[in-house]
Amino acid sequence: MSIFHISLLIALTGLSVCLVMASIRFAIGPSLPDRITAFDLFVANMIGIIAIYTELTGNEDFIDVAIILSLFGFLSSISFAYFLMKRTHKND
Amino acid sequence: MTSEPDYLLLREIVSSCFILLGTLFMLIATIGLLRFPDFYIRMSAITKGATLGVGLILLGMAIYFNQADMLLKVIVIITFTFITAPVAAHVIARTAMYNNVPFWKETRLEAFREYLKKYLGKNSEEEVKD
Repeated sequence: MSIFHISLLIALTGLSVCLVMASIRFAIGPSLPDRITAFDLFVANMIGIIAIYTELTGNEDFIDVAIILSLFGFLSSISFAYFLMKRTHKND
Repeated sequence: MTSEPDYLLLREIVSSCFILLGTLFMLIATIGLLRFPDFYIRMSAITKGATLGVGLILLGMAIYFNQADMLLKVIVIITFTFITAPVAAHVIARTAMYNNVPFWKETRLEAFREYLKKYLGKNSEEEVKD
């Protein structure tokens, strides 16, 4: 195992720690926008993990998953914010 | 006559440097998400740190593979992330402001209250969290 593989595994471990900390914020977040933000960070972390996994295995097909995931992360946060805004205006 | 340099080793070194730097930025952003006192400050930490971290990790991967189509896909992802992350952060922060998510007690709100009174014609009643 070369030093390149070891550094990739260190990066994977760091991103996994990021996922755990973001899920703690997702659990204790006092408001709904906090949880949307934590979900945004989930998606960014998953894109990073997919990129490192692609580099570790050498299989180039996984990068398409990262493209789709970045697109869907933006759409999900925008739609959450849209429905939250709609609910607020209905209460006025 | 000098020998041919080892390009694979060079690519591996540069790529792992980029990836470790990106992971460091992601860790800093996540610690900011966990430790900062207020929703708006947490939002700012996430938007800057995670965008830069993902960009550096993907750039390191593109340097390692050294192919044109891979570089094109990585540039597509980086451009999309750099365009959409500030837009999403702006929309979520605006929604939070309309939902009266509390501010931190050290936040200076005088200019914000003046803006609300002048342009929206309403008095702000947002609560301030300790």
